Amino acid sequence: MNETMIVGLILGSLAAMVPIVLTSVGATISERAGVVNIGYEGILMLSAFFGAIFAEMAHSGWVGLLGGALTGLALGAVHGVITVYFKGDHVIPGIGINLIGYGGVAFGILAYWGTAGQHQVPSYAQITPLWMDAFGNSLSPMVPITFIVAALAWWILFRTPFGLRIRSVGENPEAADALGINVELYRFTAVLIASALAGVAGAYLSVDWLGTVTKTIAAGRGFIALANMVFSGWNPLVALIGGFIFGFFDNLSIYIQNNPWLAGTIPWQFIATLPYIVTLIVVAGIIGRARPPKWDGRPYKRE
Amino acid sequence: MKVSDELRSYWKPLSESVLAIMIGALIGAIVLWLSGYDAVAAYKALIEGSFAAGNFAETLSKSTPLILTAITFAIGARTGLFNIGAEGAVYFGAIAAVATTQALQDPLSGILSGLLIGALWMLPAALLKVYRGVHEVISTIMLNWIAFFIASWLALSALANPQNQNSTVPIPPGARLPLLVQNSTLSLAFVISVIAAIIVYVVMWHTKLGYELRTSGQNPRAAEYGGINPRIAMIWSFLIGGMTAGLAGAVQVMGIPPSYSISQGLANVYGYGFDGIGVSLVGRNHPLGIIFAGILFGALNAGATQMQQTGVPLEMVKVIEGIIIVAVAVPGLLDLFTKLFRRGGP
Repeated sequence: MNETMIVGLILGSLAAMVPIVLTSVGATISERAGVVNIGYEGILMLSAFFGAIFAEMAHSGWVGLLGGALTGLALGAVHGVITVYFKGDHVIPGIGINLIGYGGVAFGILAYWGTAGQHQVPSYAQITPLWMDAFGNSLSPMVPITFIVAALAWWILFRTPFGLRIRSVGENPEAADALGINVELYRFTAVLIASALAGVAGAYLSVDWLGTVTKTIAAGRGFIALANMVFSGWNPLVALIGGFIFGFFDNLSIYIQNNPWLAGTIPWQFIATLPYIVTLIVVAGIIGRARPPKWDGRPYKRE
Repeated sequence: MKVSDELRSYWKPLSESVLAIMIGALIGAIVLWLSGYDAVAAYKALIEGSFAAGNFAETLSKSTPLILTAITFAIGARTGLFNIGAEGAVYFGAIAAVATTQALQDPLSGILSGLLIGALWMLPAALLKVYRGVHEVISTIMLNWIAFFIASWLALSALANPQNQNSTVPIPPGARLPLLVQNSTLSLAFVISVIAAIIVYVVMWHTKLGYELRTSGQNPRAAEYGGINPRIAMIWSFLIGGMTAGLAGAVQVMGIPPSYSISQGLANVYGYGFDGIGVSLVGRNHPLGIIFAGILFGALNAGATQMQQTGVPLEMVKVIEGIIIVAVAVPGLLDLFTKLFRRGGP
C-alpha cells in the first residue's frame, strides 16, 4: 500500500458515502415525523435518470442535482398523499415506486437516448471536482455539502421549534395535535424534504460520482441508506459515521474488482457481496439498542 | 358466514384490483404517448401477444413462477411480515435443481431440493428478525444481493457448461417436466404452481398452523394471550415462503425448453421475486386471487415481447406494474372513485 492508494481509498469512500448519507438523513427526517418509506431505491433510480436529462439540457451538473430534487419531490408527494392524507399503508407505495424506478429507467434510457442499458453522461453535464490528482483521484464539492446537510439536519431536528414539532408528530401525534400542531402538514413536509434529499443523492450518482446512467444505478443504496438510518439511531450526525463505513466497503468492492492481481485470488462475486454482508452484520449488531420513533409507520387519524 | 356474504366480501377487493389495473394501463398509456410511442398499437400488440390463440400457453407459462413467488409474499403479509426475499430463494432453487438432477436424474429430486434450499435460504432472515429484531425488508434485500452474486458464481464455476459458455449444464432429459402444449414453454410446472397455491390456501385457512400464522399477523399480542408463539409463527412463515420461492426457481429451469438451464447473469431466473410482490398485492395476498393476478402479470410479460416489436422497450410493463401497485396502496380506492363520480352527478 502506498500513499496514492490510501488517498484513493479514502476519497473513494467519501464519494461513496454521499448518496447513502443524504438518503439516510432524509429518511431520518421522514421517520422522525412518523412516516416510513421504502421507496428511496426507486427515487434514486428515477432522479439519477431525470437529473442527467436536466444536466444535459442546461449544460450544468448543478441543474442536474436540482432536477433530481424535483423528481424526488414529485415521487415524495405521491407517497405523502397516500400515507399521510389517505392514511394508507407506508410500505406498499414504496414497493410500487421501486418497480417504477427500475422499469422506468431501463425504459427511459432506451426511449430518450436510444442506447440499451447504459448512457454515458457527457463531461459538460457533470459537476467539476474541487480537487483532482494525476491518478484520477478526485474530491467532489458534494462531499463537504453532505457534511453540512447532515449537521444542518441535526441542528434543525434537535435545536429548533420546527424540528421539535417534526419529532413530536412522529413520537406522539395525539399530544402534538392537542397542542394545535398540524400533524398532517408536518408529516407531509417531512416526507417532501426526505424525498428531495434522496433525489439529490440520485442525481449525484449520474451527474457526479459515476458519470453514467445504468438500469441498476442505485444498486441497493436506497436500502443500505435505510440500514444506515437504523444504525445511526435516527441521528443525522451518526449517519455520517455509518455512511463512511458503508461507503468504504462499497468502494472497496469496486476497488478490488478493478485490480486484477487481487481479483484473481478471490472470485469477484464474493467481494461484491461485501457491502451487503457488512450491512447485515452492522444492523444485526446494533439493532437491540436502536429505538425507532414511537409512532413510526402508523397513520394518524384524529379521533 | 352465508355464501352471499362471503361472495360480497370478495366483491370489493376484486373491483378495487380491477380499478387499480385500469389506472395502471391508463397512466402507462400516457407515459407511452409522452415518450412519443403509439400507445394504441403497443397495447394492441401487448394483448395479442398474451391472449391470442397460440400465445395463451405462453401467458400461463410466464405466470408459473410469479404465482409461486407471490405466495411467498402473501404468506409473509398474512403473518405481518414484508418478506421480499423470494428473489434470492428463486436463484438458489434453480441452482439446487440443476445440481441435484445431475446426480439423481429424476424430476422429484429437483423439486424437493428446490423446496429445501429455498426454505434454508430464508432462515437467516427469519432468525435475524426473531432474535435480533432486524426488519425483514432490510435483511431480505441484502440477502437478495448476496444470493445474486453467490448464485452467479456457482453457475459460472461448479455448474458451468463446458460446451456452452452462456449457460449452466442443462437439466438431464429424464428430470425435465413434460410439456402440456407442444411448441410452447407451457409445462407441468404450471399445474404444480396452481396445486401449490391451493395447498397454501388450505394450510392457511383450514389448519391450526394457518390459523396461528394469521392470528399472529393480525394481532401478535392477542395471539400470545391465546397461547400462540408469534416468533415460531414468523419462522414458519419465512420457511414456507422460502419453499414456494425455491420451487419457483426449480420449475423455471426444469420446465422451460429449449435450454433447461440457467442462463448467464441468471437472466432466466431474475426478477420473479420482485414481480411476485405485485402479483400478491393485486391478488390481495390470497392464494386464489394470486392465481388470477399471476395470469394477468404473466400476460403482461408474455405480451411484452410482441409489444417490443412496435418499438416500445420491454421494461414498460414494469412501469405499468409499479403504477398498479401504487394504486393498490391507496386505501378505499373504490370509494374515492365512486365519490368522485357522484359529486359530478345531480
